[in-house]
Amino acid sequence: MDFTWIPEYQNLLLHGVFLTFLLLAISVPLGFGLAIFLAIAQVGDNPIARWISKGYCTFFRGTPLLIQLWLIYYGLGSYLPYIPGLRASFLWPVLREGLFFATLALTLNFAAYQGEILRGAMLAVPKGELEAARAVGMSPGMILRRIWLPRAIRIGLPTFAGEVVLQLKATPIVFSVTVMDLYGAAYKIRQDTLLVYEPLLLVTVFYVTLTFVITQVFQKLENAVPVRR
Amino acid sequence: MHIETVKSALMVSDVHKSYGAHKVLKGISLSAEKGDVVSIIGSSGSGKSTFLRCINFLEIPDQGSFQINGEDVIFRKGRDGKCHPANWRQIERLRSGLGMVFQSFNLWPHMTILQNVIEAPIHVLHIERKVAIEKAEALLAKVGLYDKKDTYPAFLSGGQQQRASIARALCVDPAVMLFDEPTSALDPELVGEVLKVIRGLAEEGRTMVMVTHEMKFARDVSTRVMFLHEGQVEEAGSPAQVFGAPTSARCKEFVAAGSH
Repeated sequence: MDFTWIPEYQNLLLHGVFLTFLLLAISVPLGFGLAIFLAIAQVGDNPIARWISKGYCTFFRGTPLLIQLWLIYYGLGSYLPYIPGLRASFLWPVLREGLFFATLALTLNFAAYQGEILRGAMLAVPKGELEAARAVGMSPGMILRRIWLPRAIRIGLPTFAGEVVLQLKATPIVFSVTVMDLYGAAYKIRQDTLLVYEPLLLVTVFYVTLTFVITQVFQKLENAVPVRR
Repeated sequence: MHIETVKSALMVSDVHKSYGAHKVLKGISLSAEKGDVVSIIGSSGSGKSTFLRCINFLEIPDQGSFQINGEDVIFRKGRDGKCHPANWRQIERLRSGLGMVFQSFNLWPHMTILQNVIEAPIHVLHIERKVAIEKAEALLAKVGLYDKKDTYPAFLSGGQQQRASIARALCVDPAVMLFDEPTSALDPELVGEVLKVIRGLAEEGRTMVMVTHEMKFARDVSTRVMFLHEGQVEEAGSPAQVFGAPTSARCKEFVAAGSH
């Protein structure tokens, strides 16, 4: 097997790792933040909020991520230049890059899935614990912040760990919108060196390492509150 | 001559509650002065727990008037004709003056029992953290759990968890304590330790309303007993009267069955 190309392409590979990591580092927390609102809307009393949240989740879970990515990149992306003043603003260098649209699509998609999972987790919190919170005089907002959400997140942690790993596995599609992530690096190396197997093998090692890091982080979070089995 | 009217700790009148077509409470009234220990007994389905839960509005009654700690609860008529509390802030404020102990303990598992106990004082009553911790540690020592204060609820026995939840209810210094079958979910060996704590509270002069199946305990500790049957008060009076010489036939049966 021929790995002699590694020194020449190490910057490209490292940049690819960085971009993949960046995509995760932005889409996961932002997506999760949005997911909290989506979940609260669905377990709350307001029928309009519930309807909007349900519609959002149905759309983003019901369409392929690739289609969503292209809709955002080619659709939204082609309208942005026509917004007056945008091209001259400081935002333009960010907004014209494929990375922005890729991150946006990944965030919105992730939020939909986590919203539904968090909704299930919130419904799984034993009713008695919420009653105890009401019985001491907590307002609904306080119950949400202090009891309901922390408990729901704790219940959903194993599932969320898996979802972040799935998000990592979804990132290669950003290559289709000009983002040279880790997969994009492997593709370029193949184009240049005509080696198919070796670049993919190396890139696989990177993905597995990233997955391991993610699962370890979540394991630490799970261990923070001991659960007796 | 100046007559001082002492406001009752709790005055609840004519409470009705239905779940759909099924009428659970058909006009129950309760009045508790400071220091009273009222036990509510009755068979399953008689509405005991529902009535207790109406006092702190975990269940919303269809009808009834409530005066908690001297304050009248304000209702408004809803679109379905039933009464709803007009101001939920008032309800939340009143709840922070009532301490409830549940049958299934309902401790928050993601916090240690010390954190469970200081949660309401700090976040609802806005008591300073240091003061709250001092108070909580004293209460945990009182119920015999000081050395377990940094343990999570999952690692405690049922009796210990219930004692912790009593400490939690006490930490807000409630005017009235509500107990919803506090020992029904416990092993027989653990029932004693919890009853001991509750007896101590009664002897201190705490105002308590207790739904219980522990007949002997209710007889010993209460100042007044109410026997509920099918949503109505069939018998009410002193423990000696309700347990010793009940006038209602069903009450007689119930007491006889419970004291084997």
